[in-house]
Amino acid sequence: MSEEGANTSSLNAEEPLFRLRGVRYAYQGRQTALDGVDLDVWRGEQLVLLGANGSGKSTLLKLLDGILAPSAGEMHALGREVAAVASGVDAFRFHREVGLVFQDPDVQLFSATVFDDVAFGPLQLGLAPQEVKARCDEALRLMGIEGLSSRAPFELSGGEKKRAAIASVLSLEPSVLLLDEPTASLDPRTKWVLVDLIRRLATAGRTIVTTTHELDIVPVIADRVVVLGEDRRVLADGTPGQILGDRDLLVRANLIHEHLHEHAGLRHRHPHDVEHHMDPGGPPGPEVGAMEPIAPTQRE
Amino acid sequence: MSTVEASRAPLERDARRSLGWVEHTLAGISGSIERAVFTEEHARLPGWLQARDPRIKLVSFLALVLAASLSSSLYVLVGLYAVTLAAALSSGIPADFFIRRVWLGIPLFAGIVVLPAIFFVPGDPLFSLSLGPVVIAPTLAGVETAVVFVTRVAVCVSLAVLLVLTTPWADLLKGLRSLGVPQVFVLVLSMAYRYIFLLLHTANGLFEARRSRLVGGTTAREQRHWIAGSIGGLTSRSFKLSNDVYAAMLARGFTGEMRSYIEYRLALRDGLLFVAAIAVSAAALLAPRLLP
Repeated sequence: MSEEGANTSSLNAEEPLFRLRGVRYAYQGRQTALDGVDLDVWRGEQLVLLGANGSGKSTLLKLLDGILAPSAGEMHALGREVAAVASGVDAFRFHREVGLVFQDPDVQLFSATVFDDVAFGPLQLGLAPQEVKARCDEALRLMGIEGLSSRAPFELSGGEKKRAAIASVLSLEPSVLLLDEPTASLDPRTKWVLVDLIRRLATAGRTIVTTTHELDIVPVIADRVVVLGEDRRVLADGTPGQILGDRDLLVRANLIHEHLHEHAGLRHRHPHDVEHHMDPGGPPGPEVGAMEPIAPTQRE
Repeated sequence: MSTVEASRAPLERDARRSLGWVEHTLAGISGSIERAVFTEEHARLPGWLQARDPRIKLVSFLALVLAASLSSSLYVLVGLYAVTLAAALSSGIPADFFIRRVWLGIPLFAGIVVLPAIFFVPGDPLFSLSLGPVVIAPTLAGVETAVVFVTRVAVCVSLAVLLVLTTPWADLLKGLRSLGVPQVFVLVLSMAYRYIFLLLHTANGLFEARRSRLVGGTTAREQRHWIAGSIGGLTSRSFKLSNDVYAAMLARGFTGEMRSYIEYRLALRDGLLFVAAIAVSAAALLAPRLLP
């Protein structure tokens, strides 16, 4: 296995890998998670789905992975009807090409050892033991966790679990990688190590769709950003620079909030996070509000 | 302690005491599992038994357990225990740890089971004690039966403990699989072991979160409500988790048929263990007939 996307699809380059039109999804038929999503995902894209908690990001990834079927609307993935894939038709081949890394690594790491978890996918493909071993060793090497292969998943730290979960999908050598909040709940150092690994996986043709609400990683891992609003529809679609530079959009999507901030006895109002997370090549950041002195009683 | 703290303390103590048994039980179970995991430290030691093929170990230990179960000679059982103890020591398992792990529970469980036999097995009474109309007279044959029973249980448990201590859980499961145990059974066992740990931690977290917010006493009714609610919440979480795990399996190509990666190679020493175990088992079964 290489760091490049390994598999190819029968789709031609002019067709999107994923095509969603008016896609809705409701859990148990009543709890709406997505409410009319239109989206195209193209081959080789590094797409970030940005949205606040509850905006339907994880549900959308599960739909893209064909493990959920839309409640309404049209959805095609890699030339297949997703509803059919979710009901088991051609699911085996579909999952060779599309790999999903779940938000909670404990969901993904269900075997007795890390190696067994990484080997699970290739074994389901019916590969020969030598091929399974080679793929597992390579996936573990790519994630830098060769030394953890015989460890039980519950012995691992949060960052190690995330890496093991990604390795367990990489061993399938998917051409499309879906990552559900890969940096959630990680300490800053581990988070940026993981971001670096994701960047390396994004080389030469592999399509990566990542959900997150962490704005600081977006310019690093995305060449396109789709924002899901709190109405569970696509609110905006653009480059990282365009999206992160639109302060009103980010406020509407509940991705930033305005708050009062103190600097050396002066108080001002500005949207949190934006100015720190701009794409270096993007438009200039928003101006912060004017400084005003804080009354002695307000400093408490 | 300040006045406020002093007045609050009895209430907190009461509240803790009343729910303490549930919390202690959960913490105990969780601790036991963690210890079980911790004991893989022994399984990863470079010992003689640790280096053996898990399939051979499983078969060998099963043969020895069978021999112990069928033996009614105290000498044979003591001999088997000595062999087990020697195997443990040669594999770097500390003797006190190994003995304590087996013998702490045996008298409690096996002893209670076998206690009536002391009085009901016919034979010469050791002594007789009259308590009104009731006469208590343990017999020599009854005591012998009890001792043989407890020793037999101890030998079997020792063999099982030694197998678990010297074999990583994952290898043990693969050993079972390669011996023909159905994959579904092995998978369920593996996943139960994997997730019970997580669910116990969640349950402990619930108790800790509650305790951290408890500022006054609660009534028994409130506590029952809380425990019932927690059980319901945990059941619902575990149901969601099981659905998510299944989805994660589907996402990696699971179609209902499990496959596992087993890569073991038999060595000469594995053969030696097998031959030795079969020889000891056969000797244990034949010895009572050959000895006077």
